[in-house]
Amino acid sequence: MSGHVSQTAAPSHSDHEAGAWAGGTSPFKISYGKMMMWFFLISDAFTFSGLLTAYGFMRHKYEDIWPTAGDVFTHFPFYDGHIELAYVAFMTFVLIASSVTMVLAVEAGHRMNKKQVQFWMVLTIVGGLIFVGSQAWEWYHFIHGTEHGAYLLEDGVTVMRYKIDPHTHIIEEGVFLVPENDHSGFREVVGNEAQSMLSTATHIHGANLKHNEYGVPLFADFFFFITGFHGFHVFSGVVINFIIFLMVVEGKFEKTGHYEMVEKSGLYWHFVDLVWVFVFTFFYLL
Amino acid sequence: MDARDDIYEYSLDLHHGEEEGKKIRKKFMMVLAILSMVTIVEVGMGMMWSRDESMADILKYTFIILTLVKAGYITMIFMHLGDEKKSFQWTILAPYFILIGYLIFISLTEAVYAGGVRPGIENYFGF
Repeated sequence: MSGHVSQTAAPSHSDHEAGAWAGGTSPFKISYGKMMMWFFLISDAFTFSGLLTAYGFMRHKYEDIWPTAGDVFTHFPFYDGHIELAYVAFMTFVLIASSVTMVLAVEAGHRMNKKQVQFWMVLTIVGGLIFVGSQAWEWYHFIHGTEHGAYLLEDGVTVMRYKIDPHTHIIEEGVFLVPENDHSGFREVVGNEAQSMLSTATHIHGANLKHNEYGVPLFADFFFFITGFHGFHVFSGVVINFIIFLMVVEGKFEKTGHYEMVEKSGLYWHFVDLVWVFVFTFFYLL
Repeated sequence: MDARDDIYEYSLDLHHGEEEGKKIRKKFMMVLAILSMVTIVEVGMGMMWSRDESMADILKYTFIILTLVKAGYITMIFMHLGDEKKSFQWTILAPYFILIGYLIFISLTEAVYAGGVRPGIENYFGF
């Protein structure tokens, strides 16, 4: 554009109603900060989609030997038996509930009610801490694994697992499962063959980046990376919420005349919840 | 902070009174109930049918649809995207809709092909 812009082309104040894009006003009727938070969230959503796509790719590639999440995450606090996915469902509920308390804080902000904003933000922060703690608890159990463990065969990658009844969770003694070479699933190994394989195998418990007692190591890698990346988002969300909470207590937003800052951190917090909804489905349910 | 008349505070538009606040809070509680119910249904279906081969496909698509329902409620109600201008809604959602089709294509078609040609179990790290 040249420097010689004619005066008539510039919008005058009376032209505001002419069109949203005529200049001098926000065409989206949204403040700069909120719009930029949305743009950041879009880019963050792309990152998470990339991760989940990579997960989906590997899962379909190794469909025959991919572990079932229902077999892996069966622990529940203060309970010795196995309940599939119950704890993850609890975690999901905590995050959804904390999303609601956040949106209630935003609503209280629209009424300029400082006391209520404080109250709902405290509950949101507590919900976030419970979620992060639950995730740590789940990681602990995944890393430590089961008492019976599994066997890593001589080649260093193949895992020989105990055959466990999916409904009763009882081990079938002397029967092991090994992946088939032609990708058709698992075959049962018993008796002498099992003994000779066991003699050169390493006993392993739980999962880490190198091996995974529940099957393919990639499952553990993706679990650590995706839930870890999400957990880091939750953690930073808690920190951001705490900072904003302190600003609310100081009365900073009463002076500004609105609680838009709570809305912005709220957007981030809801996004964390949104991502979890997808992680929950693609990692645990499917 | 002094009020500046050259910047219009769009956040002030969102202020509302006690009466309207009550209605809005009721809506949030409804959404909480819906999201909780959907999650309970999902976990229940998973517990009952996750090992039933004949249910696998139905389960898969039901889970994906229910997830999109939940995602819709979170973005439209909790994140207030439903209250923004149409043009802004599309600015946020359109790039996403365009990309997601490609991602689904990769994680299904391409992956199944890659799985078909992968070497035996002895080399399953060999991408």
